[in-house]
Order: sequence, then structure tokens, then C-alpha cells
Amino acid sequence: MATTDLFGGAVITTKVKEVIAWGRKYSLWPMAYATACCGIEFMGTVSSYFDISRFGAEFVRFTPRQADLLIVLGTINYKQAPILKRIYDQMCEPKWVISAGACASSGGFYNNYSVVQGIDELIPVDVYVPGCPPRPEAILNAVIKVQEKIDRQAKEKAA
Amino acid sequence: MILEKLQEKFGSEILETDGDVAVIIKKDRCRETLRFLKEDPDFLFEMLMDLCGVDYLPMGLKPRFEVVYHLYSLTHNHRLRIRVKVSEEDMSLSTVTDLWKTADWFEREAAEMFGFRFEGHPNPKKLLLFEGFEGHPLRKDYPIEQRQKIPVPEVKPT
Repeated sequence: MATTDLFGGAVITTKVKEVIAWGRKYSLWPMAYATACCGIEFMGTVSSYFDISRFGAEFVRFTPRQADLLIVLGTINYKQAPILKRIYDQMCEPKWVISAGACASSGGFYNNYSVVQGIDELIPVDVYVPGCPPRPEAILNAVIKVQEKIDRQAKEKAA
Repeated sequence: MILEKLQEKFGSEILETDGDVAVIIKKDRCRETLRFLKEDPDFLFEMLMDLCGVDYLPMGLKPRFEVVYHLYSLTHNHRLRIRVKVSEEDMSLSTVTDLWKTADWFEREAAEMFGFRFEGHPNPKKLLLFEGFEGHPLRKDYPIEQRQKIPVPEVKPT
């Protein structure tokens, strides 16, 4: 994206893909799949003090069909695994996934017979967030990382 | 006092008591005994607080398993634990869901975790684990590192 001297600087030149990516990255519609305390942190992230809407991602959807950012917050056990997989499959492309917190990323301290050892065994993950639970700042940082990734993907595809 | 009454009534059937109000009874008469304890005005255990399984493998006891019924009487405000020995060869017991509705989920959990078979249970499906889970995770010989195959969503025909 670049400004030019044409028409006194009133014109911006860019590529269609990059404009689309620019639109996407500032209007992520997240869907929270919250099963544990990380979900409470996400509530704080969405609320006024931390205010995820500064990054354009405040429009939390409660149906996967209207969301393009899946945020998995909390422990995922084997019984939930098919449910999470189905929710991911219902989301339309393009879609991104944040795995927030130790449990979603690696099973956390639930190293036992019933807990999936990281949701990347089920679905592809774009950004992992450490913490138990992660601070709201960490979740905001993950949103920024997703935005960077969207930007990067547009440039990679263009090249 | 409750123990004395029990001994009076079931003298020969009580295999062992450990001083506390916990008694071990024979498996084949377990259901009748529990029904009596629920209905007899001296005992009147209207409430089944808990039903759990125990695996005595590390202690090497025979028979290996035990089912424990934790009973509570709201009328008399007294408690009683009934322990039933279950051998690994014959894991079947009769259900008590018709005596206490709450036994439904307790029995399903004990069944999936230890492998008991509660004969006559109205809905003998797994409760906490998914269908297709192999093994019984609360048995002491369940390998701690063992992981299951992750179940996939069913695909409905279109």
C-alpha cells in the first residue's frame, strides 16, 4: 500500500488482495470456545477496560457460521473433541484459530486419560498464547499476531 | 446402635465391620439388604449420598474390587456405608436405580471407570467418557501414559 503524488496525494495505490486483507484484519469476528478460566479472562479482554474493539475484534459471535476467528479458551477433553472439530468445520474460509492458555495449547497440567494434549491434534492453530490463564494483554497480543499473519498471507499469496 | 440393629437383623450376612458404621455384605444379597435399609423404619435410609468403586490392586486384596454405597437417613440423621466385594472374574451386580434414582449416574460412572456391570440399569451408557473409550481409567493397572484415539464427529448422510 502506498500513497502517490497523483491528484495531490488523494490516491492510494495497492493490490486487491491487500485491501481485502486490510479489511479482514481490522474486522475479525471472533467466536469464543470457552471451557475454563481462560474464558473469564476473555470476558475481561472484551470488556471496556482492555477493550478488544480497539483492534476491531469486538464483535463476538455465538455461531461459528458468522465467525472467522476461533478462540479456544480452556481444557478440551476427548468427549469435547468431536464438538470442537465440528465447530471449526462449520466456520467459513478464511478462518484463523487462537489457542489461548496452557490447557488448549498443550493439555496444561491435565496430563491424563481424558484431556486432549493440545488442540493442534484436532484443528490447525495459528497463534498459541501461554499462561494459566493468560492475561488479557496476552490475548490482545494474540489478536495482533493474527492480524500480522493475515497481512503476511496476503503478501505471500500475491508474490 | 445402628450397628447392633444391623447385626441383630443380618448377623450371618455381615462379613466384617471395621468399628465405624461401615459393613461389608455379600454381593448376592446386596440389593435386598439395601432395600430393607431404605424401607425399614429403624433405618430409613432415604438418600444414597454416593456410590463408588475401589480397586485394591496395589494392596493385593482378593477379591480385587469393592463397591461402596454411602447411605444417609434424613429422618434419623444417621449414616452408613455398605461395602460389597466384587471379584475381577464376576463384575456384575444388580442395579439399585429403582431404589434411589440418583444411583443412575453413580452406577454409570462406576461402570465406566472400573468395569462393573450393573444388571438391570435403565441406561447403561458411558457417562463421562466417550463411547469407544478403551479400558477403565480408574483401575490401578490402567497405564498412566495411555492415550485414547481422538473421536471424530459423526458424519450424517446428506
